[in-house]
Parts: sequence; C-alpha cells; structure tokens
Amino acid sequence: MRWAVRDTLAMVWRNLTVIRRVPQLLVFSLVQPLIFVFMFRYVFGGAIQVPGGRYVDYLMPGVFVQTVAFGAINTAVGLAEDQNKGLLERLQSLPMSRSAVLGGRVLADTVRNVLIVLLMLAVGFLVGFRTHTSVLQVAAGVFVMVLFGLALCWIFALIGLLVPNGEAAQAAAFPLLAPLVFASSAFVDPRTMPGPLRWWAERQPVSITAKAVRSLMLGGSEYPSAYVWGAIAWSLAIIAVMAPLAVRRYRRS
Amino acid sequence: MTGSSTAGSSATGAIVAEELRRTFGEVVAVDNISLTVPRGSVLGLLGVNGAGKTTVVRMLATVLKPDSGRAMVHGFDVLTQAQDVRRSIGLAGQNAAVDENLTGRENLELVGRLSHLGRSTSRDRADQLLDQFGLVDAGNRPVRTYSGGMRRRLDLGAALVSRPPVLFLDEPTTGLDPASRLDLWGVIESLVADGTTVLLTTQYLEEADRLADNIVVIDKGLIAAEGTAKQLKARLGDTVIEFEFASPTVAKSAAKTLGGTVAAGTIVRLVMTAGPATLRDAMNQLSAANIAVSHVALREPTLDDVFLTLTGTGATS
Ligand SMILES: Nc1ncnc2c1ncn2[C@@H]1O[C@H](COP(=O)(O)OP(=O)(O)OP(=O)(O)O)[C@@H](O)[C@H]1O
Ligand SMILES: [Mg+2]
Repeated sequence: MRWAVRDTLAMVWRNLTVIRRVPQLLVFSLVQPLIFVFMFRYVFGGAIQVPGGRYVDYLMPGVFVQTVAFGAINTAVGLAEDQNKGLLERLQSLPMSRSAVLGGRVLADTVRNVLIVLLMLAVGFLVGFRTHTSVLQVAAGVFVMVLFGLALCWIFALIGLLVPNGEAAQAAAFPLLAPLVFASSAFVDPRTMPGPLRWWAERQPVSITAKAVRSLMLGGSEYPSAYVWGAIAWSLAIIAVMAPLAVRRYRRS
Repeated sequence: MTGSSTAGSSATGAIVAEELRRTFGEVVAVDNISLTVPRGSVLGLLGVNGAGKTTVVRMLATVLKPDSGRAMVHGFDVLTQAQDVRRSIGLAGQNAAVDENLTGRENLELVGRLSHLGRSTSRDRADQLLDQFGLVDAGNRPVRTYSGGMRRRLDLGAALVSRPPVLFLDEPTTGLDPASRLDLWGVIESLVADGTTVLLTTQYLEEADRLADNIVVIDKGLIAAEGTAKQLKARLGDTVIEFEFASPTVAKSAAKTLGGTVAAGTIVRLVMTAGPATLRDAMNQLSAANIAVSHVALREPTLDDVFLTLTGTGATS
C-alpha cells in the first residue's frame, strides 16, 4: 500500500514538528534520566554491588532502557490529546490509511527515542560509562532498546485511545511502568531482592532488555547473547499482540 | 474529486439517512433519525444541547458507526464504502480540529496530503484557503498563537481542502464575531451556488433561516419537526406572549388554565396563534380563574420557542 506509507510519513512529519519547532523539549525529557544517573551514579552508587565490573557500566544500560520506556508515555499523551481536541475526528473523516495515525505516532516517538538515547549515551560517556565492544555491537544495543521502546509505544497507543485526555494518559501510564522499570535489574542486581520480587525482576522484559544492552555494549560472560534474542522476542511479541488491538480500537468507534 | 458524481448521483439525495440509531451505554444519543438532503441544498439540524446533532453528523461522516440503520452519502454507503464517502466529504466538527504546533498553512497542507491531493496541489489549495478565510498574515504562525475565531476559520478551511461535494458543519459559527459570521455565511452560500450539499447544525434560528432550505428539529434523538424555516415559524404563530406571575406554583396553574408552557419558573409563554384575540381570551381565562398577572410582555418567536413548543410539555399546537 503506497498510500499507507505516504500517510504514515505525513503523520510522522506532523508529530515531529513539535521537536523541530521547540528542540528544548528534547532537553526537558532528559531531566528525569539525568536525575537517575546522578542519584545512582553518585549518591547510592558507592553502596551498590554488581557482578563482574564497574557499577557505572552496569547502570547506564539500565538508564537507557528506563528512558525509552518512559518515552513511550508520549504516545499515549499525544493520541489522547488528539482525541480530546477533536483532531482524531478530522483524521477519521479523511480518506487516509486507517493505520497511519497510530503508525505515524509510534514511529515519530521511536525517532524521538533514538535522539534521546544518543544524547543519553553522550551523558554516559561524560560520567565514566565505557563500552567494551565494537561500534556495530553498540549500535545493535541501541537498536534492541529502541525496538523495545517501540513495542511499549504500541501498548501506550491503546491506552491513549482509551482515556479522555493527556492528563489521564499520564496518570494511567505511571502505575503501569513503575513495576516494570523499578522492579527490574535496571539499577540493581535482583539477587539482593526478596524471593517473589527477585523472581519477577529476573524475568520481566525491562530486565531482559537491560541485560541484552549490557551484553551488546559490555560483553563478558555475565551477559550471554541469549538475552539479546530474549529481548527481541519480547518486543516482537508485544508488538504482535498490541498493534492489532490498538488499530482495531482506532477503527472501531 | 468534485466531479466524481458517477457512483451514486441518484435522484434521492446527496445525503440519505434511514432510521439511524446510536447509543453510548445507557444513553440513547440518537434514537431514530431519517433524513434526506437533496443535492446542492442546505439542511439545518436544530436541537438543544444533547439532542444528538453531533452524533448524527459523526455517523454520516464515517467517524462513528451507527448501532442500526443505514446512510448513503454522495451515493456511497457509510458502512460498506466508508473510504469512498471520505473522499466525498468535508467535516468541520464542533471543536476546531487543528494542530496547535503546526502553522495555519501546515495544517491545511497536511489535510491536503492526507486527502491524497499531492504536494503542489495541497500547497496551492492552502494558499487559496488562507486567503479566502482572511488568514494570510497569520498563515506562517503556529496555531497556538491564534484566537478562537481564527482557529474556527482555519478549521472550516481545512474542511474545504479537497473541494468536497458534501460538507458537514457542526455549529460552524459558534465563537465567531458577527462580521466573521456574515463572511462565513457568504462562503457557504457561494459553495451551495456551485452545487455543494451542506448539512449544518446550529443553535441559531437566524442562521438556519438564512442558510437552510430545510430544517430538521431533533429532540432526544428523535425528529420533533421538519420543514422550511417559514413552515416552522408559521407553526409558532407570529408573536409570543409572556405572562409573569407571583410564584412558580401560580405560574404552573396558570399554564394549565391557558394551555401555555412554563419558562423560567414564574413566566408562562403562550403563542399568539389567534392574533390579538389570543391575548384577550387569555386575560379573560385568567380573571375567571382568579389568577393575578404581575407582568405581560410580547416577544417575537425565537429558537427557544421552537424548542419549547415542539418539545415542551404544554405545547399549544
Ligand atoms: N462519546 C460519547 N460517549 C458517551 N456519551 C456520548 C458520547 N457522545 C455523545 N454522547 C451523549 O449523547 C447525547 C447526544 O450528544 P450529541 O453530542 O450528539 O448532542 P448535540 O446535539 O450535538 O449537543 P450540543 O448542542 O451540546 O453539541 C448526549 O447525551 C451526550 O452526552
Ligand atoms: Mg454537538
């Protein structure tokens, strides 16, 4: 479908205009991850033990994954606001592709995630993070986490369509993301956690993706490449389930 | 796409709705609405807040699926040929559906591209519409900086981007100043002169009076009356008498005696169906019933009276 691609690109362009016009917004989305870097690197860092290596090398992949995960909230807020403002109604009355509104939103937020991750990589280098693998593997690490971000965007696309406005989207997002991002191996080694929490923290997708990124950026026996395939499998599974649900919801009304 | 009148330019009308119904949970937004809008004419949909006007428009514009009933727009079925319908319509919803972060020009170009007009046609069309709606100076500013009326005009421009043969306008002049309202009426009239079919909703009888060939009054999702503006006003009589009483209780019994409607607590309205004799008879009835009137006024009928008479409890006709 030629039109599906063109319509999606038109929507991506529209959604990215905010960033083109107010690039400072990107800097604002760095505030939260920067606070985490500061807290864990300098405040708690000295007291945290991690297997095989320096804590800053362990921490930064976790922060990257946290950043793309929270970036997905943008999808829900953007769609909910479009619905609230009546813009979705106009788009639904146009002869455009039925998947372009959601696809354009998710892809734009993915582009945004790539930019933010690159900025965070730079921040990482400033605070002492060092990769131990080839440039290609580091790039693959970026790919794996951005793919995971894209999968989460599809979850939040559905949420954005179900809530009345941006604030509600924001409110719905946090309780969903918190247990994923914080009860994970993103910041600390789950082996220090109590039983059930540890069980969850070792298996859930944020942890797997953080380990995959460590595998690709740090290497070493602690993070075998099986995590990479695990992370990709999680992402593809989430997309396979959530994308059709979201598109169906969009077409239903 | 204006010329694509092949598919269904049947004699039956550019918009034909049959027994449309749509509920939201417990709320019956549209109960049973059938209407026909002949090609090149204007239908005014009147109704109080919550009557179901927007829901009707959204179903006809393929934004919302009806629970039951069917509708044809420009010869295409809104359920089974939705994309064809979308190629034939322009929609200006009740809220200005424009992107705050884009400029006015970018908003129009986006709609053009998503209507598959092509890049250069979209650009030309954006220029024309900015000019037509007096937004040339503001065209390169983000919409965030626009006033409410400017947004509204941009939104109407966006509905016209693809030169659609069928236009849905949901309360198009709400929020416009009197001059902009007159301008917009002019725009609509010239579109109709060129053969565009328009369905518009409005709260203003004056607007329906000036623009609409036919009017459908809806109430609680059902059709309460239909006809030309002249026919509807004829049903009301020329003038309304307003009696004011000492208390709501007195007003209630007076309304019963007179066969009028209670409006605003202590006021009873009566349509002057028999000319001055209506007033004389009413005064006689009131004194016979020993009810004291504290104030009497005569008013020309307004849309309020259309609603009160057609949908109120103690309707006269
Ligand atoms: N999406 C929705 N979800 C739930 N209820 C709805 C929805 N849309 C409309 N309704 C309800 O359906 C009824 C009709 O609404 P509608 O918006 O069609 O009225 P309207 O005639 O356009 O009113 P107004 O003059 O205020 O614009 C109202 O009771 C409204 O609350
Ligand atoms: Mg409405």
